[in-house]
Amino acid sequence: MTVVSTHKDVEALTLTFVAEFDASVERVWRVWEDPRQLERWWGPPTWPATFVQHDFVVGGWSRYWMTGPAGEKAHGWWTITAIDAPHRLEFDDGFADADGEPDNGMPVSHAVVTLEATGTGTRMTTVTRFADTAQLEQLVAMGMEEGMREAMSQIDGVLKEEKA
Amino acid sequence: MVVSELDEAEPAAGPGDGRETDRIFQALADGTRRDILARVIREEQSVSGLARHYPMSFAAVQKHVAVLERAALVSKQRRGREQVVRVEVAALRRAARLLDSYEQLWRHRARGIEQILAEDRER
Repeated sequence: MTVVSTHKDVEALTLTFVAEFDASVERVWRVWEDPRQLERWWGPPTWPATFVQHDFVVGGWSRYWMTGPAGEKAHGWWTITAIDAPHRLEFDDGFADADGEPDNGMPVSHAVVTLEATGTGTRMTTVTRFADTAQLEQLVAMGMEEGMREAMSQIDGVLKEEKA
Repeated sequence: MVVSELDEAEPAAGPGDGRETDRIFQALADGTRRDILARVIREEQSVSGLARHYPMSFAAVQKHVAVLERAALVSKQRRGREQVVRVEVAALRRAARLLDSYEQLWRHRARGIEQILAEDRER
C-alpha cells in the first residue's frame, strides 16, 4: 500500500486521501461491500467496528458500532447515496444514539470513494466533507490524534506559560 | 468539487511534512510574539495598543503581528483608523488539527485494507 497524496482544505473541512493497492479494482471494492471485511478496517485504532446492517444499494442503510478500549460503544450509520460498482461509492456517515438510531443533533459527513485501475493495481481516492468541526471533535476524541498530540501539547505549553 | 480537489492534491505528506505546523512554531519561537499572542488571546487588541507595551517601533510590532497572521494564529481587521488583531486559534487552527488527525485515521484504514488484501496473496 502506498499513500499517494493527502489534501486538507481547512476552510471547506474536506480531506482528500489517495492510496494505491496491489490488487484489482473488484477486489478493493469488496473491502467496502463485504461488512465482515469492512469492519476489520473502518474503526480507528483501539475502536474496532461491528457492522450489524450493511445494505449496499442506493438508499440503503448501514448500522454499526465501534467498541472503545474501556468497552464503551460509539454507534454510527451510513446511508448510501450513489453506487457505480466497482468504481464509485458515495455515502453519508453519521453518529447514532445508544439504540442505533441516527442522532439528529450530530452533523453528518459525506464521503465519496473512487476506485481506478492503475497499471499495477488500484488507486483509491476518498473525499470526506464535514459539516462542521463538532463531528471531527468526536472522532478525534476517540483516540485518533496520536500524531498531533505532541505538537499540540507544545503549543498549549507555550500559551499556558504566557498566560501565567 | 471532488475532481478539482484532486487536481490540487499535494505530494504525499511524509512524517517531516507540516508547513502549517512549522509556521506556527516559527511564530511562537519569539518572546515578543508569544506575548502579543497571549494579550490577543485575553482580548482583541489594536496594533497601536499593542505597540505601547514594547520598547520597539510601531513598524516592528506590526511585523511581529504579520508573522502571527501568516501562521493563522491571529487575524487583523481594519476598524476605522485602528487595525484590530484577533485570535484565530479557536477556528482555523482547530480545524487544521482535526483534519490532520482525520488523515491519520485514513492512513490507519489503508493499512487495514492492505492487511486484508495481503491475506489473499498468502493463500
